[in-house]
Amino acid sequence: MSNSVGVRLDGLRRQFGGVHALDGLDLDMAPGELVALLGPSGCGKTTALRILAGLEDADSGRIMVGDKDVANVPANRRDMGMVFQAYSLFPHLTAVENVEFGLRLRRQNAATRRQRARDMLELVGIGAHADRYPQQMSGGQQQRVALARALAFQPQVLLLDEPLSALDAKVRVQLREEIRRIQLEVGTTTLFVTHDQEEALAIADRVGVMRAGRLEQIGSPEDIYRSPATPFVAEFVGLSNRLPGRVTGDVVEVLDTKLPLVDAATVHNGAVTALVRPESVDVTADPAGTGRVVAVSFLGPTARVTAALPDETIVVAQLASARLPDLPPGTAVRVILRPVPVVVTAA
Amino acid sequence: MAGLRKRRARRQRVLRWIVVTVLAVLFVLPLFAMLEFTTRGPGDSLSWETWRVFFDWPALGEAYPILWTGMKASFWLVLLSVALTLVLLVPTVVWVRLRLPRIRRLVEFISLLPLTVPAIVLVVGLAPVYAWVVYFVGGSSWTLMFAYTILALPFAYRAIDAGLSAIDVRTLSEAARSLGSSWATVMWRVVLPNIRSAVLSAAFLTVALVLGEFTIASLLNRDNIQVAINQLGKSSAQMSVAVSLAALVLAFVLLFLLSFAGRRRHRERKTS
Repeated sequence: MSNSVGVRLDGLRRQFGGVHALDGLDLDMAPGELVALLGPSGCGKTTALRILAGLEDADSGRIMVGDKDVANVPANRRDMGMVFQAYSLFPHLTAVENVEFGLRLRRQNAATRRQRARDMLELVGIGAHADRYPQQMSGGQQQRVALARALAFQPQVLLLDEPLSALDAKVRVQLREEIRRIQLEVGTTTLFVTHDQEEALAIADRVGVMRAGRLEQIGSPEDIYRSPATPFVAEFVGLSNRLPGRVTGDVVEVLDTKLPLVDAATVHNGAVTALVRPESVDVTADPAGTGRVVAVSFLGPTARVTAALPDETIVVAQLASARLPDLPPGTAVRVILRPVPVVVTAA
Repeated sequence: MAGLRKRRARRQRVLRWIVVTVLAVLFVLPLFAMLEFTTRGPGDSLSWETWRVFFDWPALGEAYPILWTGMKASFWLVLLSVALTLVLLVPTVVWVRLRLPRIRRLVEFISLLPLTVPAIVLVVGLAPVYAWVVYFVGGSSWTLMFAYTILALPFAYRAIDAGLSAIDVRTLSEAARSLGSSWATVMWRVVLPNIRSAVLSAAFLTVALVLGEFTIASLLNRDNIQVAINQLGKSSAQMSVAVSLAALVLAFVLLFLLSFAGRRRHRERKTS
C-alpha cells in the first residue's frame, strides 16, 4: 500500500512583510517516518507545512520529495494528502463522495473508486457513516473522513496541519492514536504540525521543536523531553522549575545537590538558572524540612505539589497522587532533587 | 400560565394574518386591476382577446412588431447579461477572497458605485463608450448587456459574496488543490456547488433588473421590452398593460422557483 519517499527541506526562507516566518529551515524526513513540528504560535511550523504542500511559495530554498525538487510544482501536482485544522470536507458531498474526490480526479473507474473509498472509511472506523453529509457528522467524524480522503489516493506524503485542535480532549486523544495506527499501517511519510507538546510526543517518530523560523532541536520524543538541547526546548516541552544554581566543571549545584549538565561543553562556571523537571523533584514531609507546601493539584494518577523555600523560590514536584494525604498545604517538607541531567540558562 | 400563553399565541396568529392580508391586498390589487383592464371588451364586456393574441406568438409578431422585437431583445439580453455577470463576477469574487483579501473592501465599494449613479447620468457617460461599442461590435440591442452587467454589479456582487461568506472557501479550495484539482476544477466542482443558491440569487436579480430596465435602453436608442411597452402604450394600452403584467408574473414565478429550489436542496440534505 505504501509508496513512501523521503522528504528534505533545505534552507527554506519565507518572509511576510518584515517578519521572517521561516529563516533557513532544514528538515530531513526518512521514508515512512512521522515527524511532528512543534512550536509556539508564529514559529513558522504551519508555513513550513504549507510550503511543502505547495499552498505557499518559499522565498528561497529547496523542497526535495524523493530525488525531485518540487519547489516549482503546483499544489495539485505534488501528490500530497492533507488534513486541515478547520473542517475541510466538501459540504455538498457525502462522506464516501468526499473520499472519492481525489480518486475521481485520477480517473479511476466508478466501481474501483467507490470500493476504495469505502475501504478507507472502514480503515478510519467510520464505514457506517459513509452516506452522511459533513453537517450530519461530529467534528471527530469529519476529521476521520478528511484523513481517509487524504490517504485514499495513496499520496507520497501526508500533511497534518493541527488536525485535532478543534476537537474536545477525549476525542483528540482517541484520534491521535488512530492517526498513528493508520500511519504505521499505510507507511506514508507524514509531517504533523501541532502546538500541543503532548500530541507531538505521543505519536511522532521524531519531534522537531521550532522557534523563530528555525529548528531548535529535532530528535526522538524521549530525547527532546529528557535531553533538551536548549533552554527554549526545555521550557517549551514539559514543565520546568527555574532554580538558582552554580556551575562548577561539568556539574551544577542546585539546592545543595550536584546535578550533571546536559551539555557541559558550552557552559561556563558561575551562577546560572537550572531548568529542572517536576518529576525530577521529590518532596517528603519532614518537620525539620525548610520548605512548605503552598498548593497541591490532583491530576488523576499523579499530583503536583508546589512548595516554597525560605528564599521565596517556588519548586513544583510531580508525585504519585497516593502520597497527597501526607502533604496538605502548610506541611513542612524536605525538597530532594534526583540526579538527572539538566539544562541551564544564564542567571 | 398556560392560558396566558395560549391567548398570546392566538393574538400573534391574528396579527400575523392581518399583516399578510393587508400586504396581499396591497400587492394583488394593482395586479388585479391590470388584469381587469386587459380583459375589458366592447361595452364593458369580458374579453380575453388581448391575452389570446399575447399567447399566439406568430399573430403577436405580426400585430405588434415593436413588441415582438422588444421581447426577443430582452430574452437575449437576459441570457447574455446573466452569463456575462456570472462569468466575470464569480471567479473575481473568489479570487479576491483567496488571494487579495486586502482589496476586498475596495472591490465592494466599486461594485456599489452603479447604485449611486442615476441611470440618466450613467447614460451620459455610456454614450461615448457605446460609440466605440458600435464601432467594434455593431449597434444591435444585445450590446446593452455591457451596461446591464455594470448595473447588476451591486446586487450580484452582494449575493455572491454573501454565499461565499457562508462557506470556508479558502480551506475548501486548498483541500481540493491538495487532492489534485486544477483551479478550474476547484471552481466548478467545489466552489460553485456550494454557492449555488447565491449564484441563482445573483442570476435572478440580474434577470429582474434587465426585464425592468428602461432609461438606458431608451436613451441609447436600443430595443427592449420596456421600451416596447412604452411605445405600445401610445397605440395599444391594453396590450402594453398585458405585457407588463406578464413580465411581473414571470418575475414572481422566478422568485418562487428560486426559493423552492433552495428549500428542497436543504431538506434533501437534512433528511438523507
